[in-house]
Formats: sequence, C-alpha cells, structure tokens
Amino acid sequence: MGFALIADEVRVSIDCDADIVSARQKGRDLASQCGLPTTDLAVVATAISELARNILRYAAHGEIILRLVEDHGKRGVEVVATDDGPGIPDLTLAMQDGYSTCGGLGLGLPGTRRLMHEFEIISEFGKGTTVTVRRWKR
Amino acid sequence: MQVPILKQGAYLIATVQSALTDEDLKQLRDTLVVSVSRVRARGVIVDVTALDVIDSFATRTLRDVAHMIRLRGAETVIVGIQPEVAFSMVKLGLTLEGIATSLDLEEGLAYLNRKGNGSDHGVRTHR
Repeated sequence: MGFALIADEVRVSIDCDADIVSARQKGRDLASQCGLPTTDLAVVATAISELARNILRYAAHGEIILRLVEDHGKRGVEVVATDDGPGIPDLTLAMQDGYSTCGGLGLGLPGTRRLMHEFEIISEFGKGTTVTVRRWKR
Repeated sequence: MQVPILKQGAYLIATVQSALTDEDLKQLRDTLVVSVSRVRARGVIVDVTALDVIDSFATRTLRDVAHMIRLRGAETVIVGIQPEVAFSMVKLGLTLEGIATSLDLEEGLAYLNRKGNGSDHGVRTHR
C-alpha cells in the first residue's frame, strides 16, 4: 500500500467488549492528531466500533491497528481490523445492508464502507479476516 | 459504568455520563424496563448527550428500550444526540424508527408533558 507513517502505530487487542470502547477512543485521539474535523472523529470512532465488534462477535479475538498515514501530502487515519477467526464464507452477502448471521442489524461492514473513504477486505474461509479502512483529511 | 437513573415526578431520567460498553447498555435497558413499573413512571428520558459514538449495537439497544417501555405502557424519549453522532448514524444506515427524540432534556420533558395532555405538538416520532 505504501503510505508513509506519520506517527507510531497504536495496537489494541480486542478480547472483550471494553476493548471496543478503548479502541474507538484511541482511534479518535489519533485522528484528532492529524487534524480531522470533529464530525470525522465521530465517523472514524463509529467505524472502529463496528469493526471491533465484528472481531469479538465472529472471531472472539483479534486486533485493531491504528495508523496516521500520509499520501502525497494528504493526511489521514488508517484502521486495520484483523483476526484469525472463521473468515467470511460469502463476502458479497456480508457487504449487503441488512445481512447478518448473528442476529445483528447487518450494517457493520456496508455501513463502515459508507463511513470511510477507502475500504478493503480480505477474508479467507477458516483463516481469518482483515479489513483496512482509511479516512483522509479533506 | 453505571448510568444513574433519577425519578422526577412521573418520569425517569437516565443520564449517560460516559462511553458505555455493550454490557453497560444491556444493563441500562434491563434496569429501565424493570424500574418503569416499580415507580409507576409514565415516561422515560434517556439523555445521550455524553455519547460520542452511537453505533449499530447502541442504536439497537436504545430502540429495544423504547419498544419494551412502550409495551409497559410508558413513553420513551431519546435526547441529546450530538450532530456528529447523528451524521455517523445516518451514514452507517441507522435509524430510530418509531422512537421519539428531542434536542435536549428540556425539550424531552416538554414532549412528555404534552404527551400526557393528549397533545404531541412539535414532536419527532420517527416512523
């Protein structure tokens, strides 16, 4: 991907629901360091919350990695949510609004994609899932 | 983090003080649903001014609170959703259909008072 890191990355291990709160607060702090406006801080924190809850719900354990990145003078926040859980059997279905295999609202992944400027997902059945999202300062 | 619940007249006011975990939210839901009959409350206000994130789980839980309390014969108003929180909720695809919301505590109380008088002028009930 090759984005320059502007600060040390922050890693938050996701093992219980208090970690979701901790991850989104750390994400908000980091995002404020690169000068994202208040609305964007809430947007980034909400996206982290959804991604961290997916880790907990589907994989039980995982990690959120938060980075401040730069690309051709443009600054932003990168959030990587990674786990070695069961993986997503059908990504097309998982990206549809309202589709959930655990009784949730089914908005986590499609909603997170709407919240962020960039969204990448890699999932291998039986091996785990990694979601990478970015929001740039505009 | 426990959410303090205050009784004021015929109303219960739950004021969220800081970020809530999923477990805290479930506990708030359960406590409110039980308390409403114990104190014979006619209305419940959940003040979420202090929340900087209302994600899909929080939305679903708030929605459940309002629906459960309605089944118990009382009304719920969610007050104090911050502008940036509202922005994120809509982008995420979240709605509070069928749930009354107000700008702040004062407006929420005014809503419940009007509701008690049989008039609900100026209310936002999302349908």
